[in-house]
Amino acid sequence: MTASNIPKNYDFRTEMTGVLPHLRAFARGLCGRPDYADDLVQETMLKAWAARDSFQPGTSMRSWTFVILRNVYLSEARRNRFRGDYDPDLAEKLLSQPAGQEDGLHMGDLRAAMMRLSPERREALLLVGAGGFSYEEAADIAQCAVGTMKSRVARARRSLEDMLGDEGEKGGRSKSRAVSHTEMLADLDKVASL
Amino acid sequence: MSSTPEKPGKNSVQRSGRAKPVWAEGLRRMYDEVVDEQLPDDFVALLKKLDKSGDSQ
Repeated sequence: MTASNIPKNYDFRTEMTGVLPHLRAFARGLCGRPDYADDLVQETMLKAWAARDSFQPGTSMRSWTFVILRNVYLSEARRNRFRGDYDPDLAEKLLSQPAGQEDGLHMGDLRAAMMRLSPERREALLLVGAGGFSYEEAADIAQCAVGTMKSRVARARRSLEDMLGDEGEKGGRSKSRAVSHTEMLADLDKVASL
Repeated sequence: MSSTPEKPGKNSVQRSGRAKPVWAEGLRRMYDEVVDEQLPDDFVALLKKLDKSGDSQ
């Protein structure tokens, strides 16, 4: 129909499909729950599709969709606070899996520590530390100043290192791992008895 | 929004090779593990649905 500046062969769907694995990873890191994370991503897909005319081919689809996902996540969180049943320790239990034991850092401990960070710091660490975005790109996505992003990442790193202790820094210490799991199970018991 | 060009469908992410604490490796792995998962069926179904609803020229 009307001519636009979108190349004829440009396939929005193909490009969006390519970033879906990243959206799922970001969403899961944000909310800590695989099922809820996938709901967020599907909502993001619908919104991205509806807004596809505003996407500029040649720019980062990953950054563009991350902004949408972030907004979906924040408005959901504001509306119902994860349907009122969110609990970091429970989330950790659901996500717990025997991965990463060979290098001394228990992935379950890391997930639990991540979920104890403030949402802003968790997001910062996910974008820069896990997603590989530059500080500038991450600041763009989180709609904050670059300096703010840098300080969030620095603070998040410090908190994480505090929580993980020697494990996080040097990798080794089955003792602290055992302790944190005992504590985690105790917390779970508390949750279960509510 | 200013953003950099990125190849579509590229699942691996470029990162600096500088030495980092173990938790940083774990963080990447947490992310990459999800990236490497197969896309669930309901995502594939939703993509098909979007295709049909969209401009099917």
